Amino acid sequence: MNTPTAYTRSAIVLHWLVALTILCAFPLGVYMHELPLSPNKLQLYSYHKWLGISALLLVAIRLGWRLGHRPPPLLPGMPRWQEIAAHAIHHSLYLLMLAVPLSGWLMSSALGFSVVWFGVIPLPDLIGKDKQLGELLKDVHATLNFTMLALVLVHAAAAIKHHLFERDGTLARMLPFIKQESKT
Amino acid sequence: MKRLLLALLMSPLAVGSVSAAEFNAVLGDKSAVNFVSKQMGVPVEGKFKKFAAQISFDTNKPEKGRAQIEIELASIDAGNSDANDEAKGKAWFNIREFPTAKFVSGGIKSVGNGRYEAAGQMTIKGKTRDVVAPFNARLDGGNLVIDGAIPILRLQYGIGDGAWADTGTVADEVQVRFHFTLAATAKK
Repeated sequence: MNTPTAYTRSAIVLHWLVALTILCAFPLGVYMHELPLSPNKLQLYSYHKWLGISALLLVAIRLGWRLGHRPPPLLPGMPRWQEIAAHAIHHSLYLLMLAVPLSGWLMSSALGFSVVWFGVIPLPDLIGKDKQLGELLKDVHATLNFTMLALVLVHAAAAIKHHLFERDGTLARMLPFIKQESKT
Repeated sequence: MKRLLLALLMSPLAVGSVSAAEFNAVLGDKSAVNFVSKQMGVPVEGKFKKFAAQISFDTNKPEKGRAQIEIELASIDAGNSDANDEAKGKAWFNIREFPTAKFVSGGIKSVGNGRYEAAGQMTIKGKTRDVVAPFNARLDGGNLVIDGAIPILRLQYGIGDGAWADTGTVADEVQVRFHFTLAATAKK
């Protein structure tokens, strides 16, 4: 396999599709779980689950694709610790992108509220009904989410730092429409 | 010879799978009343932990069967405490005014293959509707086990009105599933 120098269009589209589902599902999850029980709450929970399963599917496609396509190396000139940190965060994010929706699915199964994707496709329960385990998974789901939030913030901050301070192409190669600006 | 045969037939051992005895003692710990509602297209199970059931049923004379089941609505388990509180409130069961739901049947008919239908009246939240409860009955270790379900249209009883009346969120049809184990009593 040749070492590529840029992200392919598929890699870019998959990255942003997953980012979009996370950016929708995360705040929705934070908002909805405090609401008093109402039809609106039930609807929001369903939308959140539909988004989560969509994210899981996209991540599965993305991972499958990624296994066959090596990403371009980091731009030269970075300190070693930054390279290590970047790789560690990328790998952790891949793990969390799988673990977050999976923990939500597990939690739904344990709490006896299965997932019917888009109200049409019933998904199997991953585990049996178990209230105590469900409560535990609720905490797991929240902890994984806030861990992911922290990593996403570092990931985005690093990209923006590269763009504004190093003025290299790190951000632009994942966000092609800003390419011109970064070349100054 | 004929006499012997008759005697054999009369003996409870020889009667086989369906005895002529009437079953009328409901075993509470081997009985359950559950329900399945559909929320956003998702079937969600719940149960009523307390109910009083008087049933007398003789599979040989189903038409003489009688049932009266009274459910203590405060004993609802709808999955979580928020849902339980909501279900007891005014929009749903309004248990302060209507603490119980009742099903009374005075006529059961056999529809073959161990399956029966109990026609009767369901009263919830002060509203009474005619319903038919299909069920099957089978012998299990000397007891009669009855399993069935009554489909209920919740809005006919005003269960879940106001904002909850939207059936796109919580479907109108709720399946009330019952499982009763009846012990036999000697034929009078």
